[in-house]
Amino acid sequence: MTAKTIISRPVYGTLSPQPGKHHLFIADAEGALAITDMAGKAPPGFFDGAEIVFIPGGKHIAALEALKPMQLHIAPSFASLLPRLKQMLTNAHMGLRLYLAGTEGLIGQAMQVALEAGIDHTSIETEHRGSLARRMQCVHCKGITENVTTQPATCSHCGLLLLVRDHYSRRLAAFQGVCINAEDRSESPPIEEAFP
Amino acid sequence: MGITFRKETFRDDFTFKNSPEHIRRFPFPFNEDAYMYAVNIEPHVVGPKGSVLENLIDVDEHYVAEMQDRALVLAEDPLRCQSLPHMTLAGWDLLELLMEQQALGYPEHFTLERDGDRWRWINRPLGIDDTFIFGDTSTLPYGPMEYITRQSQGDFCILDQRDGNLWMDAGMVTTQADWSLDFDIGMNFFEWHAPVPLAHEKGIFTRALKFLTNIQQGKPARRLNWTMTINPRLDTSPENYHKWGPDRATVTPENVGDKVHLRVELQSFWRLPRSNAIVFPIRCYLIKMDELVTQPKWARRLHRVIRDLPEELATYKGLTRYRPTLVEWLSKLDDGSPTSPGFGPD
Repeated sequence: MTAKTIISRPVYGTLSPQPGKHHLFIADAEGALAITDMAGKAPPGFFDGAEIVFIPGGKHIAALEALKPMQLHIAPSFASLLPRLKQMLTNAHMGLRLYLAGTEGLIGQAMQVALEAGIDHTSIETEHRGSLARRMQCVHCKGITENVTTQPATCSHCGLLLLVRDHYSRRLAAFQGVCINAEDRSESPPIEEAFP
Repeated sequence: MGITFRKETFRDDFTFKNSPEHIRRFPFPFNEDAYMYAVNIEPHVVGPKGSVLENLIDVDEHYVAEMQDRALVLAEDPLRCQSLPHMTLAGWDLLELLMEQQALGYPEHFTLERDGDRWRWINRPLGIDDTFIFGDTSTLPYGPMEYITRQSQGDFCILDQRDGNLWMDAGMVTTQADWSLDFDIGMNFFEWHAPVPLAHEKGIFTRALKFLTNIQQGKPARRLNWTMTINPRLDTSPENYHKWGPDRATVTPENVGDKVHLRVELQSFWRLPRSNAIVFPIRCYLIKMDELVTQPKWARRLHRVIRDLPEELATYKGLTRYRPTLVEWLSKLDDGSPTSPGFGPD
């Protein structure tokens, strides 16, 4: 993780089993390993009342199947998962516990849907695994660029070269990108791999 | 006698200027020859006649031009005015506060007539005469917050208070010093201040939050903040940074006096009666160096403050590129003699 940080930047923990009637896990890629690691600490029968929604990127499906959750749903992308997720969270009852694991983009976007459904963000268990790639909102054109790995990064909408800040909005599920050479467009700072 | 409202612009040809009376009443923010953050909050009570504190909501000669500039910003970017769904009641609270204060301070320009829930608002400088039902949004051309803040100088943030914190849940922000309402809306007090350097470590925000969450109705508070702006541009938003940023590279020893402006924010904090929210008006005052240095004390003091400002603060305030030029220019007006205590000119 980044060495120096600021208060709006999300802090992630380690998944741990929470008291509750229903448990909904949303994970991508290496996030599956956060769930299997947690399973070792879970009481017997914990996954009988659990649903796992997983965006695999080709990995770890068998490990999740071995947990024998009540339901395992495999989705090809977050966008394809969105209608199902909205429906599930809108209709959720008291006693549902939410666990998010994997990339920051996945955790942030799933949390965004949960917030819109009225779930308090502090009640959500999160664990970051895998890529540090960021979702970034361009403060100028408002477009979101997914999977940003460099600093600075080019806005995929308006093409401005943006400094990727640590300032983060849960509502937008995005870090803020601000033009890095606004004062003198002839300056072209080197583009470096910063969020592998 | 009323205020003579100036015809002027805050963009393109930048014709904004302060009259000699407005130079004297400028809220100079330094009461000593150095600057560092402090929780400099004090009760917002009426101050001396002829100062910006003569009325708790100040209306000045720039009123009409500022409202015209706001309308231009909103036409280009409607996201500068946003209100989360639970904030409408606080918007009505704000409408009441601003109508009452403006009518109280400037009866020749504003009139509020109330007959139960049926209110009539007359704003002579902007040619408005509207009758509406207080609490019924369908009787106004905009939501209550947008309606009244299109007629009030300064930016306005409405902060919802819950869980021992303040949440930036509504605002009209078109004259900001480089922060984005669209990005920060919904954040709590610590989150939206996250990018400010040094102050978190000093415990400034913890103490400020404690103070603000205890503000009582009828007992507003205030503080000053400052930065610098090249050209008298009100809209120095991050949204348009790629448009105004190049201005910072245009400062030369010849044009410092005309281009470089001290930008002071008079921030006040008011408890709203129905919603229990806090409204946080951020009133922006601009003064160019040529105008400021007509007061020799201010010239000497500003030289010392800018020269000695910690590097991190200078960077955060965006002064880096032109600070040496500005300090050199100001140094010629500083004979090294002592400055008198307090903010005001000699």
